[in-house]
This record gives sequence, C-alpha cells and structure tokens, in this order.
Amino acid sequence: MQVIRSPRVYDVCIVGSGAGGGTVAKVLTEAGANVVMLEGGPMWDSAKDSAMFAWNYESPTRGYGGDKKPFGAFDGCIGGWEIEGEPYTVGRGAWRWFRGRMLGGRTHHWGRISLRFGPDDFRRKSLDGLGDDWPITYDDMKPYYDKLDSFVGIFGENHAARTGLHNEPDGIFLPPPRPRAHELLIKRACDQLRIPIVASRLSILTRAHNGRAACHYCGQCGRGCATHSNFSSVSVMLPPALKTGQLTIVPNAMAREVTTGDDGLATGVAYVDTQKLTDHHVRARVVVVAASCGESARLLLNSKSPRHPNGLANSSGVVGKYLTDSTGLSVGGHVPALAGLPRYNADGTGGAHLYLPWWGDNKALGFPRGYHVELGGGYGMPGYGFLSGIHNFPGSRGGGYGAELKDEYRRYYGSFVNFAGRGEQVARADNYVEIDPNVVDKYGIPVLRFHHTWSDHERLQAKHMQETFRSIIEAMGGTPTSPMPTAAEDYGLAVGGLIIHEAGAVRMGHDATTSALNRYCQAHDAKNLFVADGAPFVSQADKNLTWTIMALAWRTAEYIADERRKGNL
Amino acid sequence: MAKLTRRTMLQAVGATAAAAFTWTAEEATAAATQAQQARAQAAATGKPYARKFFTAHEYATVTVLSNLIIPKDARSGSASDAGVPEFIDFIVSDQPARQTAARGGLRWLDAECTARFDRRFTDCTDVQRRQVLDDIAWPRRARPELSQGVAFFTAMRDLVATGFWSSRVGVADIGYQGNRPVAEWTGAPADVLSRLGVAYES
Ligand SMILES: Cc1cc2nc3c(=O)[nH]c(=O)nc-3n(C[C@H](O)[C@H](O)[C@H](O)COP(=O)(O)OP(=O)(O)OC[C@H]3O[C@@H](n4cnc5c(N)ncnc54)[C@H](O)[C@@H]3O)c2cc1C
Ligand code: SF4
Repeated sequence: MQVIRSPRVYDVCIVGSGAGGGTVAKVLTEAGANVVMLEGGPMWDSAKDSAMFAWNYESPTRGYGGDKKPFGAFDGCIGGWEIEGEPYTVGRGAWRWFRGRMLGGRTHHWGRISLRFGPDDFRRKSLDGLGDDWPITYDDMKPYYDKLDSFVGIFGENHAARTGLHNEPDGIFLPPPRPRAHELLIKRACDQLRIPIVASRLSILTRAHNGRAACHYCGQCGRGCATHSNFSSVSVMLPPALKTGQLTIVPNAMAREVTTGDDGLATGVAYVDTQKLTDHHVRARVVVVAASCGESARLLLNSKSPRHPNGLANSSGVVGKYLTDSTGLSVGGHVPALAGLPRYNADGTGGAHLYLPWWGDNKALGFPRGYHVELGGGYGMPGYGFLSGIHNFPGSRGGGYGAELKDEYRRYYGSFVNFAGRGEQVARADNYVEIDPNVVDKYGIPVLRFHHTWSDHERLQAKHMQETFRSIIEAMGGTPTSPMPTAAEDYGLAVGGLIIHEAGAVRMGHDATTSALNRYCQAHDAKNLFVADGAPFVSQADKNLTWTIMALAWRTAEYIADERRKGNL
Repeated sequence: MAKLTRRTMLQAVGATAAAAFTWTAEEATAAATQAQQARAQAAATGKPYARKFFTAHEYATVTVLSNLIIPKDARSGSASDAGVPEFIDFIVSDQPARQTAARGGLRWLDAECTARFDRRFTDCTDVQRRQVLDDIAWPRRARPELSQGVAFFTAMRDLVATGFWSSRVGVADIGYQGNRPVAEWTGAPADVLSRLGVAYES
C-alpha cells in the first residue's frame, strides 16, 4: 500500500470535528498551535446547507427520512444508525450506534440540552459505593463550564436556587424563553405532585451573543441553524479557530491508526481519503483523539505496535470497557384540556422550554441513580406519521372515515404531551467494546463489537420513570397512550445506544492499571496522546453529557497549551 | 425589535451575505426567509405527477377511498385536492415493505365488493362503498372474518391523514402557524392561557 506522507509536522493533530474536536481546535489555535483536523465526513456549512424553513410537503416523503435520515428528511446530519460500508457488530446483549459523519459531527442536529454535571456526579462511588469516582471534581471543572457558558451562549436559570437541589449547579445564562401553553399545564401538574420543574438550559441564543444573531424561534434546531443562533461546532467553535489562520481542516479523512515511534510516543495519524481511497499519513507532535466515544476507543485499539501490543494507551487493558449510555424511555398522554384550543405559533426554540431535574432521594428508592425528564407536546409542523393510529387514541370514536373523522384530527392536534426520561447507568467493566476479529469496514479498518446489557439498577429506575410520567399525565386530567410495560419488558427501557450518550470507553483515573488517561485526559502510556470526547468519562450523570464533553475538552486543550509552553510536549 | 418587512429583509441579505458571523437578527431572518422563497419558487415550476407504483385502476381506487376518508368540507378541500393519491403512490413506491399490503388490500376491497355487489369498488354506488367501509373502518367492532380488510383500511386511514394534513392545504386547515421567523417570542396568547387556567410568572 502506498502511503502519501505529508512533509509538514503540525503541532497538533485532532481526529474528529464534533463537540470535543471543535472545542480543542478553538482553544489550541488561539493559544498559537498549528493544528490539523482530520474529519471522516464531508464539509458542512450551517449557513448554506441547513434546510431552515423547509415545509414537510416540500419533501415527497413529507419529512420521513428513512435509514439515511433517521431524524427526518431535513435533519442536519449525515450519518445514522447504519452507515453503508461501515458496519459494527454486537456480541452479548444489544446495542445501537448512531454516528455522524460530517464536519461538526453530531452537533448540528443534537438537542442542545446543555447541562453541567453536579458535584455529586464526579464522586458517585464515594456516595453509594458503585462504579468509580472521577480523578477530578466539580471545582476542577467549574471554570471551564463558566468559559463555555460565556463563550457559546446558553439560556437557562439557576436550578439549585429554584429547587434547592444541590447537585444542579448554577451557570451563566441568557434569559430563558417563556414556556409554551402545554408546558405551563405540565408545570401545574408537577407543582401539585411536588416534582421540581424549571427553565431548560439550551445552547440557543435568546439574545445576540458574541457576534451571532439571536434565535428567531423557528423551532427546527435539528436541521442546523442557518443564522448560527444555536450551538454547533461549525457555527461556534471552528470560526474563531479558522480566523487564527492556524487550523487546517482535512475533510473525508478517516483515521485508521495513531502511529507511534520507538519511544512509544505518538508521531501522527494514518488516514484514508474516503473519496479517492488513497492512504495518507500526517505528522504531529501531539495527537488529540476526539472521534466520539466509540470511534476513539476503536482507533486506539486499532493502533497496535510492539510498544503498545494491546493498542495504544491500553497497557491496563481498560480501553473499551465501562461503556455506558443514558437510560431512556418515553410515555405519551392525551390531555383533553389541550384539545380544540385556539391555535398559536408554539414553535419557540428547538426543544422544550421547561425541564425536570432529578429530584428523588436514591437512598430511599430501590435504585441508585437518577434521571431527568425532557418534555414534548404542542403544535408541531404536520408531517409523516401525523396523528397516526387515531382509532386507538383515548376518547376517540375508534376509527371511521369522512367529515367526522376530519374533525377528530382537528380536535386531537396539539392535545398530546410526552415525557422522555434520561437516566444514569452504573458503569460496569462487562459492558464493553472490542475489535471484531473477523470484520473490517470498506476501508479495511477493523470494526467494533459491542457488548451491553442493563442491570436492575437501570430497570428499577425505568419503572420509576413509567410510574412518575403516568402520574403526571393523570394529574393533568389526561390518559397515557401506552399500557404500563412489564418487568419482562424491562419497563420499556430503550436498547443501549439509542439515547446517543455513549461514554466511558477510554476512562480517566489516577491509577494507570485501572484507567487509560490521567486527570488531564492524557494517556498514561504516551504523554503526547489525549482523548477529548465522551470516552474519558468515569461515569454518566442524570444529565446529558455534551456540555461536560466540551468543558473537559476545553480543560484538556488548556493543559496541552500549558505543557507546550513549558516545553513538556 | 424593529418590525421585519420583506423589503428590509431582502436588502439586509444583499448587504451582509459575506459577513455571516456578524449578522443582526433582522439580517439573519432575512437570509432564511429568502431561502424559503427560493425553494417555494423551485417547487412551483415542477412537472405534474407521474404515477410510480399503482396501476390506473388501483390509483383510481386509492383516489375514491382517500376522498371518502377525508372529504371536502366547509373549511378545506378533499384528500385528492391536497394531493393525497400522489403522496400514497410515491410512498408505497418508496417503501417496498408496504407494497404487497397496499396492492393486496386494494384487491381484497374489490373482491369484497364483487362478492357483495358483483362490481369493483370504483364501480359501486356511494351507498354500497359505505356499506363495505362501515364494516372495516371500526377495528373494535368489526367482524373477525373481515380482519384483513380492517388492517388494510387502518393503514390507509393513517396514510391519507399523513398525506392530507402535511400538505399545504392540510397545514392551513389544521392551523399550524409556525415555520417562520418570529422577532420576539412572547409565548402563548392570553386567550389560550385563560382557557387552560394558567398564567405566566410576572
Ligand atoms: C438526535 C441527537 C440528539 C442529541 N441531543 C443531545 C442533547 O440534547 N444534549 C446532549 O448533551 N447531547 C445530545 N446528543 C449527543 C451529542 O450529539 C454527542 O454527545 C456529541 O455530539 C458528542 O461529541 P463528540 O465530539 O464526541 O462526537 P461527534 O459530535 O459525533 O463528532 C465526532 C466526529 O468525528 C468524526 N470521526 C469519527 N471517527 C473518525 C475517524 N476514524 N477519523 C476521522 N474522523 C472521525 C465523525 O465523522 C464526527 O464528525 C444528541 C445526539 C443526537 C444524535
Ligand atoms: S429555533 Fe432558533 S436557534 Fe433553532 S434553528 Fe430556529 S432560529 Fe436557529
């Protein structure tokens, strides 16, 4: 195989341009480093490529995206659950893997729920004996969460002050948008049940911020925002990096291996040009792997050499282990009070304007970790699947056709609410990825094999979600649209991976025999190798993880800049 | 915030297209609105629909059936006014997993009509058509021996609803008011809040 070698030696090579990679690129280029970024997917520009303001009837499928666009025909993501020519396999249990393949990774169409982990979330083992503590604390992370809030722009409010929940730290917020009507009705029910409900924290600009325009409330953040009013790596992190003149982006460059020298240190990255199918090598003094949790683990495991026979950063054998996802399930309900109301434009920002942080006391419950709740409802743009299954709706006539049916659709529109629970899974060594011994992708790169199961910790949490959501719907005078699942059905718990919060497969820790990375996400085995995505996480939290991916990446990048200044890298 | 007019929006786009990262809110919404107009224009110049999956007879059956499911009324047109038969033909051609059930279901309907009235569904009178539909449109009270017809009709009802309500006609009828730039988000209007008995915190 002929390898095209770049003569230039960059200060830093970053693999991946998503939440983690974008953040590292901004911080390091601004610190003066010369950075090359390898991105496996094509370029994507929110201003030009977003389908903002498209109508579902402009698509022949009315917005249905099929396998290629699992989140809808206009979704701002190239990639999906299955990518042609890039398989993965599953051993024990079940797993679904969502991959973005484009500049910016999955940050164009993510939900933008932007939460800090709280003080407890970094030291769960000390609190309940399960899993492990992080090698860092909330105090180590706080300055970086602050920088992120200030630079990116995020709306929200002080959840701790509102609710008295000490594990919901304050942040730096733009004003939150008013709730929609159905959200106020949910709030009334939650107030009655003494379940805290607060303003969401979304990385969407309710005011112009750092040269970016304020949101104009089209409600379609998942398509990518043409006006850069929400967070994506491409809208927010890459522009300042490019402005320094220090960033070279190589699109369609799928990393195959991190190369190392005789001293065991990283020397650069070997990659495939996915368009020309040519092989390349780029040299760098520091390598930052930020290809997403699963891809980063895969890349390290595939980077074998005499000095690193188990793969790079893996003398402990821990790479691939402790894979987690958030738990997840949804319960919908029909609320007669919402039926037949005067219509209004309920789009607002992409995502719910209210949010339920975890309020329970796990010591008094039968499961160790909590969950938060994401809300749905309102008058969405009609599209594929609109009010499907009307014959089974609570209170419906049970089917039929004609003028009365037509009226029935009008009455049901906007009368449904939805509650999605997202909880913490306890990390376990026996939930892991490894390299499949028999399967390679179309570039010849060996693929991942996943092993993942839930335990009763998660199942009992799911039961609590089900019961809680049903009680909220009933307090609203509504009826759940699905029956309560049984224990044999795991209480409706989604298959691992489906919530798309993978973390933990290259975990950090103080002890080089039980972790791959130190407290700066620097490999114990190779000091010029870093990981900057969800892979270093020691545990999940009852909060979405991306804000922590970015704060941690920011911290890692500052450490790299510091060490370079000191001549240590 | 300044009121947005179409003219000021378009002016704004012309003035600042190059400086994408320093747009004001007005300029930003202008750019997006212009994109929408460009797409609408492109769509308007499209060719008439050419059938992809159904035979002429099947397509005629789908059309009659769709209009029985969603007829014209005082507020909006019928399923076929909203392009539902085109949508169903396209989606069945696009989703092979639906094809046997769709084609077979239409055959089932013709067989049932032939058994009862000695003619196909499209050749039946309105009264005859409704007699058959009344037997398959109500899953919970349908006779068990008609279960295949019930399954077919249930799938058709869902497809017709998607096709109708997601169309331009349906979106206007159902009263969806979004997908447009809003200069300032003020939440739900007072009449909605008072009907629900809720209010904003001051
Ligand atoms: C629909 C959806 C909703 C979500 N909502 C939320 C939410 O509300 N809140 C939240 O916190 N999180 C949310 N997430 C999760 C969030 O998107 C991810 O946590 C985040 O994007 C992870 O960032 P990352 O940098 O690790 O990976 P990514 O953003 O996936 O970026 C990784 C990049 O690396 C590239 N890459 C991969 N392998 C290689 C290789 N070998 N060589 C070169 N490049 C490579 C990929 O092409 C990709 O561009 C959501 C995700 C989805 C899909
Ligand atoms: S809701 Fe706001 S941030 Fe989201 S895509 Fe629309 S304008 Fe952009």
